[in-house]
Amino acid sequence: MDPVSVTDNLEINYEKIKRVTVSFFTHLFLVVVSVSCIFPLWWAFASSLKTQETVFNDLSLFPKNPQWQNYYVAWTKADFGLYFLNSLFYTVTVVLGVILISSMAAYAFSRLQFPGRNALFLVLISTMMIPIQSASIIPLFVLLNKLHLINTQLGYILPQINGGLALGIFLLKTFFDDLPKELEDSARIDGCGRFRVYWHIALPLARPAIAVLAIFNILAVWNEYLLAMLVLSSKSLMPLQRGLMVFQGAHITQYPLLMAGIVITVLPVLAVYLLLQKHIIKGITAGAVKG
Amino acid sequence: MNLHKLRNLIGNYLFVIPALVLFFTFSLYPFFKVFQLSVTDWDGISPTMHYVGFENFVDLFTDNPVFWLSMKNAGYVTFLALTAQNLLALLLALLCDREIKGGNVYRVIFYMPPVLSGIVVGLIWNWIYDGNYGLLNHFLEFIGLQEFTRAWLSDSKTALTAVSVIHMWKGFGWGFIIFLAGLQSIPRELYEAARVDGASSWVVFKNITAPLMIPVFMLVSILTILGTMQIFDIIISTTGGGPGYHTEVPITRILSTMIGSSKFGYASVMGVVFGLILLAISMIQIHVSRMMRQV
Repeated sequence: MDPVSVTDNLEINYEKIKRVTVSFFTHLFLVVVSVSCIFPLWWAFASSLKTQETVFNDLSLFPKNPQWQNYYVAWTKADFGLYFLNSLFYTVTVVLGVILISSMAAYAFSRLQFPGRNALFLVLISTMMIPIQSASIIPLFVLLNKLHLINTQLGYILPQINGGLALGIFLLKTFFDDLPKELEDSARIDGCGRFRVYWHIALPLARPAIAVLAIFNILAVWNEYLLAMLVLSSKSLMPLQRGLMVFQGAHITQYPLLMAGIVITVLPVLAVYLLLQKHIIKGITAGAVKG
Repeated sequence: MNLHKLRNLIGNYLFVIPALVLFFTFSLYPFFKVFQLSVTDWDGISPTMHYVGFENFVDLFTDNPVFWLSMKNAGYVTFLALTAQNLLALLLALLCDREIKGGNVYRVIFYMPPVLSGIVVGLIWNWIYDGNYGLLNHFLEFIGLQEFTRAWLSDSKTALTAVSVIHMWKGFGWGFIIFLAGLQSIPRELYEAARVDGASSWVVFKNITAPLMIPVFMLVSILTILGTMQIFDIIISTTGGGPGYHTEVPITRILSTMIGSSKFGYASVMGVVFGLILLAISMIQIHVSRMMRQV
């Protein structure tokens, strides 16, 4: 046998072993991190199916006698059903409000002529660049108080619609700017008013951008806490995040019910995320890189 | 004709008026109002307020160690997020940037914690850290390290670091996604050319990846600073600022000054100072993203 080919084979094997080892440890590391992401959530879910007596000692991840009625109790007696419907209501109204108001403004900034157009546009999107909302919570609270909007649904909805406008106007104006105008122009010539052109032609075309905007706002509104804490004090008006804190404050040791409440809160977000993860991840990276 | 023009113009303005009304009411008015309140002693209820000049400012800078402690605490969390969290995010992004099996699955999993609310995350971790029933203590006992068990969130030695770990757990997936997008925008030919020249992985990273990623590093760093300094939900759902003032952060301070002590004027000063610090950081961010566009 030719000695040269033997060493060649050895080298190839060495390379292969090295590659397999590196790949093994890479995946091992990635799997450990993945488990650390999922484990706390699964733990909360498993605990939500245990009883008050077993929850502290039974560390199983698949409880033997799953107590599904915990969810019924959490939904009815612990008011999580009420909080859930409130969260749903706030999310739908804020998202619709943001889409409607920012798409109208974005359309005007992209297509219509009026004095002060560019200046107004810059002013409206300035809050996107300056994230100091947390510093103006004091005057916002004072203002809501003055307008008698404390502890009202409107007082919780309007500031959040306003909070979504900057990104919405920026995103949709960019989208409208890239859209060909011919279709709208011919509709205008046919005697369509500008509102009908916006509503029937521009808005349907902007569906992809509106979807991105909706996803971001759904997550933001569903997860919001600070404003809910400041504005809402009646249980009947509270969204889930606020409800969870109230429940924890009152029944700190009722872990199975608290965990059931957490699962009720998390499930819709995870469903939206897993269904739309491609768009969400694309939106985040595009948003950040465009910044 | 002129009437027609005017009607046309009014029609155009109608499109932006809803946005403007909301913006002027809920963004611009509070923005100016906070400066007005900051020079008064208003308690939030009285019909009258007294002008006190810069008294609140002077007091904040000379006689409010707790506020500056809260800044320091948030700074500590921010430092950990900037180093440990972002290094982990970068490492994971580098591993997933290669042609790796299941890369998309990892991506979906790593971005799960960031889509959850700080409240939910805090409430779940409360239990992991619990002194009596906590998973962490169970685990330490299991591997024979009983002497380290403690109530992690109410022990003044560990509370702030424990909270930081929660924050980093929730945040690393976000940095990972941005880093990965940055890495994937680097042309593959550059790597291949370097390989042909016989460059090692480290040399490739040092000479190709790192320089091209500098704008992304800057962006992620600044957004990490802004996000972490404003940490609130995780604090309120775990320690509430305690034990003592060990996990107080600027927003919990502002809220307790305003609601707890009814010092609206004074809380406004804290808001203004905190806001200006964040604004300075944002300015750097705008500058950096301009630079990025030129790259």
